[in-house]
Amino acid sequence: MLLIHCPYCEEDRPEVEFVYGGEAHIARPLDPAALSDEDWEHYLYIRRNPRGRHHERWRHTHGCGRFFNAVRDTVSDRFEQTYKAGEPRR
Amino acid sequence: MSGYRLPAGGRIDRAAPLDFTFDGRAYRGFAGDNLASALVASGQMLFGRSFKYHRPRGILGMGTEEPNALVTVDRGATAPGWGRATPNLRAPSVALYQGLNAQSQNRFPSLRFDLGAVNDRLGALFPAGFYNKTFMWPRSAWEKLYEPAIRRMAGLGASPTTRDPDHYDATYAHCEVLVVGGGLAGIEAALSAAQDGGRVILIDEQDELGGGALADRALWGELADKTMALRRLGNVTVLTRTTAFGYYHQNFVGAVEQLTDHLAPEQAKGARERLWRIRAGEVVLAQGAIERPLVFDGNDVPGVMLSSAGRTLAVRYGVAVGRAVAVMAVHDSGWRDAMAMKAAGVGVVAVIDLRSDVAPDLVAAARAAGIALHLGHAVTSVSGRHGVSGVTFAANGTGHAQQLAVDALLMAGGWTPTVHLWSHAKGSLRWDADWGAYLPDVAQENCRAVGAGAGAWDMGSGLALGTLPGPKPIWQTKAFVDFQNDVKARDIDLAVREGMRSIEHIKRYTTNGMATDQGKTSNLNGLQIASGSLAKPVTDIGLTTFRPPYTPQTFGALMGHHKDALFQPIRKTVIDGWAADHGAVFENVAQWRRARYFPQGSEDMHAAVARECLAVRERVGMFDASTLGKIEVVGPDAAEFLNRMYTNPWKALQPGRCRYGLLLREDGFITDDGVSARLAPDRFHLTTTTGGAARVLAMMEDYLQTEWSDLDVWLTSTTEQWAVIAVQGPLARAVIAPLVEGIDLSPSAFPHMAIREGRICGVPTRLFRVSFTGELGFEVNVPAEHGRMVWQAIHAAGQAHGITPYGTETMHVLRAEKGYVIVGQDTDGTLTPDDAGMAWAVGTKKPDFVGKRSLSRPDMAAPGRKQLVGLLTEDPQDVLEEGAQIVADPDQPVPMTMLGHVTSSYHSATLGRSIAMAVIADGRARDGQVIHVPMPGRTIRARVTASTVFYDPEGSRLDV
Repeated sequence: MLLIHCPYCEEDRPEVEFVYGGEAHIARPLDPAALSDEDWEHYLYIRRNPRGRHHERWRHTHGCGRFFNAVRDTVSDRFEQTYKAGEPRR
Repeated sequence: MSGYRLPAGGRIDRAAPLDFTFDGRAYRGFAGDNLASALVASGQMLFGRSFKYHRPRGILGMGTEEPNALVTVDRGATAPGWGRATPNLRAPSVALYQGLNAQSQNRFPSLRFDLGAVNDRLGALFPAGFYNKTFMWPRSAWEKLYEPAIRRMAGLGASPTTRDPDHYDATYAHCEVLVVGGGLAGIEAALSAAQDGGRVILIDEQDELGGGALADRALWGELADKTMALRRLGNVTVLTRTTAFGYYHQNFVGAVEQLTDHLAPEQAKGARERLWRIRAGEVVLAQGAIERPLVFDGNDVPGVMLSSAGRTLAVRYGVAVGRAVAVMAVHDSGWRDAMAMKAAGVGVVAVIDLRSDVAPDLVAAARAAGIALHLGHAVTSVSGRHGVSGVTFAANGTGHAQQLAVDALLMAGGWTPTVHLWSHAKGSLRWDADWGAYLPDVAQENCRAVGAGAGAWDMGSGLALGTLPGPKPIWQTKAFVDFQNDVKARDIDLAVREGMRSIEHIKRYTTNGMATDQGKTSNLNGLQIASGSLAKPVTDIGLTTFRPPYTPQTFGALMGHHKDALFQPIRKTVIDGWAADHGAVFENVAQWRRARYFPQGSEDMHAAVARECLAVRERVGMFDASTLGKIEVVGPDAAEFLNRMYTNPWKALQPGRCRYGLLLREDGFITDDGVSARLAPDRFHLTTTTGGAARVLAMMEDYLQTEWSDLDVWLTSTTEQWAVIAVQGPLARAVIAPLVEGIDLSPSAFPHMAIREGRICGVPTRLFRVSFTGELGFEVNVPAEHGRMVWQAIHAAGQAHGITPYGTETMHVLRAEKGYVIVGQDTDGTLTPDDAGMAWAVGTKKPDFVGKRSLSRPDMAAPGRKQLVGLLTEDPQDVLEEGAQIVADPDQPVPMTMLGHVTSSYHSATLGRSIAMAVIADGRARDGQVIHVPMPGRTIRARVTASTVFYDPEGSRLDV
């Protein structure tokens, strides 16, 4: 059971309060129609899946309800940091 | 011949005898005994039959490492259908109580005479990879022949068939320091941690603290003092009979405390076990070490056991394992055990040690104790089948063979530090040549290991071997490595010869270490043997990964209170009680309990649904639609937001009007739908499917918070705030008219797909004029607290019109007659709007909406996509099975080409025949074609209809 720091609530809370939201910092294209099929496929499906530092989204579903970003090490599962949605990649 | 109780000694209470039975025979032990010590004390050396070969087996160890002596303990039935039989308990871990009833396992007809033992004679037929190699073909034989046979012959105890009457507690705990393991190292760690004043929890799996010190008289004084010191500390919680089974992220440890299994059933009160979820600042692992068996021909004969087990029996339980006992050692600890047993009164006759060079003080002490010594020798075979009658040994295993008449043989093969929990927490390990084992190296968590488990305990020195040297080649021996899974040294050697290189492959091919004991006694020996066969250092072969649980745990403990009514919440609408009072048959939809139909008299579902359907078509019906998901969307940008979320245009929708919305995922597939109403320029009342409510809200929040945070919109779930009563049928207006105030119900003032706010039965309502039946219909939304009152009022007012309450089954039939889809039943996450025949719902002129770009990907318009169509069986009384597969050619040999499957299928009383919907490749182009639905024993023919609308295609019944 991970402990996750919600950057909005500013509290460490147990994993069961959160829902994972996939890789972070993948912005929806402003004009999807302008994208080639290949670029759109890349946006929809292609993810980095790194070994090590992973930027990912979480939502404090059973808390404040906010989406935020986290840096987690995929080998150790250790959270390096969490930060609010909209803040630059860390 | 066998074990017996020593006249004095041990930590048992000889003044408190306890009677118990094993395989129906009566025995007597003492308070403080466990099942294994009490049976050995009574001369019972045979405990079970082995997994694969059904070889007779005794105990190997006296702790949780025990692989052989698995028993079923029956604590008796509390009522018919309820029982408390627990299989696969390790006899040394079963505390003795008055009336204990235990049975051996995996034998037929009896433990002493077991028919399955023929497998042992046929051993050559069961080599490594036996399952992979043998039961390949024909495939059909698996189900009927191989699997039942294997399950009967191989295997552990029988799974209970009765329900468990016990209850199981669960709790959370937080502490500064958690110490796992209550031997002297763990006790010292707890005492030291307690100095800082923080909360300390000390966990130990046995019924008293002490660990290995319990088998060392010289340490009893120190143990008593330190245990007393612990008890005096207010900040230390000691949990005995508690197993820390898993060590998870961020110092989260799961442990199960046994509360009543050590008590006679009539004395047991309260919960049987308690699951502890402990979050600790620091974890100290003091798990100790487990002795390794030696691998030689006949090392599994009952009476051959670990040296530490013989010592524990003698010192802690006052039990001699035999009259004439020999120790086969490659490690100093065997000598120390021999002397401790001798001092306790056990007839230790010889120590055989493969080493020629043993510490002089040990040799001198053993000689002084009158024990014969055979240095530089190894045991090569064991006589006896149900018990040891003698051993053969030889110089270096290969020299001149000598015989020794003994009735027990103890193995001292060195020690393996217990690093299971350390590994659960992803701590790294390092090979230690002195221990011949892996030791904790670098921790990932705030964790440290102490004592023998850390390699920081003086166990003496010794060799780390694969097999003892012997006169026979390895493939002629029955030298066991994994006792519980019946893996022999030759199986590991064979796996290597057949090409396995990594220990992970060797493990899975041979099943070494894959039994319920997870290789506690076999992993290191297996590694050493593979290392020898591969001629590679042990460290080049790798080590298998330890995973929770450390020892098997009951499902009950893990489940805790989450069973029966508490397994998952049941959501009930405010009208549920009325439905129950009126004989509704219920079904579960997502977490909701919904009325499925309302049988009258002796009606079955078919009859009830036919009556309900006809009532709605001919007069009027009422339906509890409160479970519909509802979201209030508010804010100046609400219309813009919905315009981006849904496929169809929303900005031009006038207040007071409703629209059907289709929601896609970004990949272009349908994920939800529902009718929504605009109440004001900045306010919408959305509805979602019953099962999709939470998902849709989360998806909308995601876009709103992370993609379009510039939009000023607020989303609020109102699912439970509104009760929804659908009144449907030609007489619907007449029924509600007398109850409604402030709303003009006339068709011109209140058309189909409109919403009005007013009052009904004196309470506020949002009244929708919508229909999921194809008839004139209203959905009466009222604040939930008034829902039942309004329902009853409508029901009463409807009596004059023959109003009929109906359930979800009728709702399904009525909507299917009209071809209305249910997202999640007729769609499965792979259908586009066009696939579902709903291209009309897509606003192609909109520049963007969620999923729009995906709809123009080439695959989304490619031929061959499955499309939703109607099916009419040639025999109108045949009702297809939902989920049934559809083929074009029923004569094609298996495997046939599947065109698609049936998604919805009902008997329609209105149409007097069956109707169905299906997704079929290129379905609409197959209009009029006959397809085939193969079912067991017959194939059903049906005709495709491109339209899914079976009733009132022009929609004339809606607009009245």
